[in-house]
Amino acid sequence: MQLIINGKFRDFDSAGFSVAHLVSTLALEGKRLAIECNGEIVPRSQFAEKQLTDGDKLEIVGAVGGG
Amino acid sequence: MSDLLKIADKTYHSRLLVGTGKYQDFAQTRAAIDASGAEIITVAIRRTNIGQNSGEPSLLDFLPPEEFTYLPNTAGCYSADDAVRTLRLARELLDGHKLVKLEVLGDPNTLYPNMIETIAAAKVLVKDGFDVMVYCSDDPIMAKQLEEIGCCAVMPLASLIGSGMGILNPWNLQIIIANANIPVLVDAGVGTASDAAIAMELGCQGILMNTAIAAAGNPVLMASAMKKAVQAGREAYLAGRMPKKLYSASPSSPSAGLIV
Repeated sequence: MQLIINGKFRDFDSAGFSVAHLVSTLALEGKRLAIECNGEIVPRSQFAEKQLTDGDKLEIVGAVGGG
Repeated sequence: MSDLLKIADKTYHSRLLVGTGKYQDFAQTRAAIDASGAEIITVAIRRTNIGQNSGEPSLLDFLPPEEFTYLPNTAGCYSADDAVRTLRLARELLDGHKLVKLEVLGDPNTLYPNMIETIAAAKVLVKDGFDVMVYCSDDPIMAKQLEEIGCCAVMPLASLIGSGMGILNPWNLQIIIANANIPVLVDAGVGTASDAAIAMELGCQGILMNTAIAAAGNPVLMASAMKKAVQAGREAYLAGRMPKKLYSASPSSPSAGLIV
């Protein structure tokens, strides 16, 4: 399936996996981040149960230096 | 003497709040923040780099959220909706953290705040349970309205973000301070230590700065200078300065007992 992650299209071999699986696939495990799926925040506690479907639009953000 | 800064029911020893941007590297960021003595540090919320350098250290490794009070900002947001969305993500990112810095910009050249969008965002955020410290113009009416909305601190600019032009309108700042029942902090425009001292002498409760430290020739030394300037300005404010007089007619040495 195809997801739009941080504004870029990304193709995945498998379909219908969870946010937790995505985080692990992207090698982001253990990083402090927040995720929005189609404009709605996905709480960290729901990463394992939240299933993604083709065309979902995700924002994955973290804290960076700023004033 | 105990003179604590109180923001949204939490107290802080340091009245200097610092940004974490524009440093050479994380080690310099950390060293400068240590020298500044700041307890509250601002961070920006940005898209995570995906698929590259996943093992590379992050800002949070150098500045653990357990050690500092994070103040996530909305830098780069030009609408109330974007600012609210950013801070909701920040709250999730920081495990329900409520203290935030709202700034909604009006144009990319001056980074001057868009007060109409700022007020709209402040209303939503306060209702949503955030403790909102708000970057604003130095307009006393705007500052008062932000207080009435329920913001926990107003942070008027002293001059444009990153300009280092210093305190351009001390009169407006004084009006804002005189009318406020919440802390007033200068955010943006401080260029060097004397600017920080002047702002504190006016009665500001604190100062938030980034570029003045990060863009100094020696950021760590400037951070130390800013710490002292904020403390000195605060003490001078509390002490109460002598009145300005064109003529003194009151010498510091005794008039009696002169040898001539």
